[in-house]
Amino acid sequence: MNIKQKDTPTPLLQVRGLCKYFPVYSKGFLRKQIGVVKASDNINFNLMPGETLGLVGESGSGKTTTGRSILRAIKPSAGEVILNYKNNPIDLTKIHHKDLKKLRPYMQMIFQDPFSSLNPRMTVRDIVAEPLIIHKMAKGSELEDRVSRMMKKVGLKPEHRTRYPHAFSGGQRQRIGIARALIMNPALIVCDEAVSALDVSVQAQVINLLQDLQQELGLTYIFIAHDLSVVKHICDRVAVMYAGKIIEIASTNDIFDNPMHPYTKALLSAVPSPDPDQPMNMSLSGEVADPGNLPPGCAFAPRCELRSDECEQRIPDLEQKPNGRYVACHRGTGLRDSVIPG
Amino acid sequence: MLEKNKNILDIKKLKVSFFTEEGEIRAVNDVNFSIPKGKVMALVGESGCGKSVTSYSILRLIQKPGKIMDGEITFHPSEGKSFDVLKLGEKSDMLYNLRGGKISMIFQEPMTALSPVHTVGNQICEAILNHQSMTKAEARGKAADMLAKVGIPGAKGRLDQYPFEMSGGMRQRVVIAMAIVCNPELLIADEPTTALDVTIQAQILKLMKELQQEMDMSVLLITHNLGVVAQVADEVAVMYLGRIVERSDVYTIMKNPRHPYTMGLLQSLPSLSMDKTKLPSIKGSVPSLTDIPEGCPFHPRCPYYKPEICDTGTPPDLVSVADNHDAACVRVKEIQNESSAKEEACV
Repeated sequence: MNIKQKDTPTPLLQVRGLCKYFPVYSKGFLRKQIGVVKASDNINFNLMPGETLGLVGESGSGKTTTGRSILRAIKPSAGEVILNYKNNPIDLTKIHHKDLKKLRPYMQMIFQDPFSSLNPRMTVRDIVAEPLIIHKMAKGSELEDRVSRMMKKVGLKPEHRTRYPHAFSGGQRQRIGIARALIMNPALIVCDEAVSALDVSVQAQVINLLQDLQQELGLTYIFIAHDLSVVKHICDRVAVMYAGKIIEIASTNDIFDNPMHPYTKALLSAVPSPDPDQPMNMSLSGEVADPGNLPPGCAFAPRCELRSDECEQRIPDLEQKPNGRYVACHRGTGLRDSVIPG
Repeated sequence: MLEKNKNILDIKKLKVSFFTEEGEIRAVNDVNFSIPKGKVMALVGESGCGKSVTSYSILRLIQKPGKIMDGEITFHPSEGKSFDVLKLGEKSDMLYNLRGGKISMIFQEPMTALSPVHTVGNQICEAILNHQSMTKAEARGKAADMLAKVGIPGAKGRLDQYPFEMSGGMRQRVVIAMAIVCNPELLIADEPTTALDVTIQAQILKLMKELQQEMDMSVLLITHNLGVVAQVADEVAVMYLGRIVERSDVYTIMKNPRHPYTMGLLQSLPSLSMDKTKLPSIKGSVPSLTDIPEGCPFHPRCPYYKPEICDTGTPPDLVSVADNHDAACVRVKEIQNESSAKEEACV
């Protein structure tokens, strides 16, 4: 599905130079700041309405920080996040937090752990209805009606509205989390590892549900995940993150069929295939880079088999390549297929 | 017995229950399988299927309110007589020597498996000194060798580090070093890579496979990840609600599964080589162990369910469907005919 050829040229979301740095303090009484952890650093991308963008990377790569900075669940250190709200571009990083509340229904989040993201002392009805009550969007019988309809839509029985989260299985709890996010009729949903905690048989159900809801309601997803096979299944475009930076962003087919960045390639080769005839063939050694202590050049250089002197000295920019893809590698283009080892 | 046994471990009719306020929970119910010598046997299933409880039973690590109710776990060491692990006394020397000696274990979460207040070197030395007669200095030397063997750079210097000074992948390497330091004959690995990133997971799996071949160990691998199974295992047993529903070699399980649950699991995996279509999924969710369905425990979720055949009587036993291939399904023959008919119709 190529979203770019659609008539609507205005992206729903434009992220420009988004950064989130966490300060590191020294030990002792004075707690002087001695450094920063660049959890996400200079993130740029556009998100079209109805599109699903995958954010993938290993732990500590900054995918969750990026997702949360976009929604301003945490305040970014720098950059712009321009949301196209009813044809008005609004910079989410600049507006006052009181105005932000009005925009909240427009963008919602689904969390990873269905066990800790639901209040155990609230019934399902209270959990799903709470956003409507906070934003004074419905009350009385209309409220109850909307809750029931939403529960039905995500595959829960409205009769179970008086039950507490502990009475539900993991997959059902994730459905409650989805219902809570969707009841506001949002346009943008950030799914932060929304299916990672689920068992395989239930994971497939929730993936299907998310896809059905997207088609029905025209939702736009930012899908944060570390499981590449799930990402391939659900996303239109994929951004690969490493040590706080996007190192490659391209359409799902390009990323999976023809990865250009050596890290993307290594990441793909590390996924164990359920087919015993396709042996795992990963040559990547070393550990994930520590965002608090990055090398001066490309963060991936110490693990990269193709590194040159340039890689160790200068940080590569995210450069545009054909097919609307972007790659941040000094050695990426031209070398692929022939030299980059699988 | 002059003939050497070709299995390292035989589990027969193992039953483990947990006694809770909600009543008796049968976490493992009549489980039978064998681990062949020098092979990797994988136990796969979703959460709550009893795979970890089965593995804990082998080392008698089930704690209250859990209890091993019945069964035999016969261990066949390369030297000496075979014996039933479940008949050993709770505080006997035999059991003490077995744990971490002939049979050792790798746990899922490397942070909780290691003591945070002891150095890595001391923890590995403890395992050596408990099972082998060595001086402390010799043990320290061996610990350093072991760390080098599991691919930790600068092993000598690492001995005096604490676990918090290491990354997740390094910690898991330490746990592996600790588990194999006494040359175990059987290594139980309970979700050894679940907490790790994919690139680190690939490194650890490669390391485990190499060590297994080099040391000629038998491995019982507990995992929920079918990709890991396909890459590492030789033999596979699939568990559902405390029972083994299918068992065979890895090729047969992955390419030609016969039990509807195994088929469903494999189909519901999104794969890198598949296109973006609707995922086939298993309907419903895993029932609670307090409320196991009558008859075949899988019948409420099974697409091949037939009333009065699947939902009554005792749960089906594992029956042989081909050479070295067992499945616990009463309709296994009919299902094969049905699905091959479906395939023909599609073609």
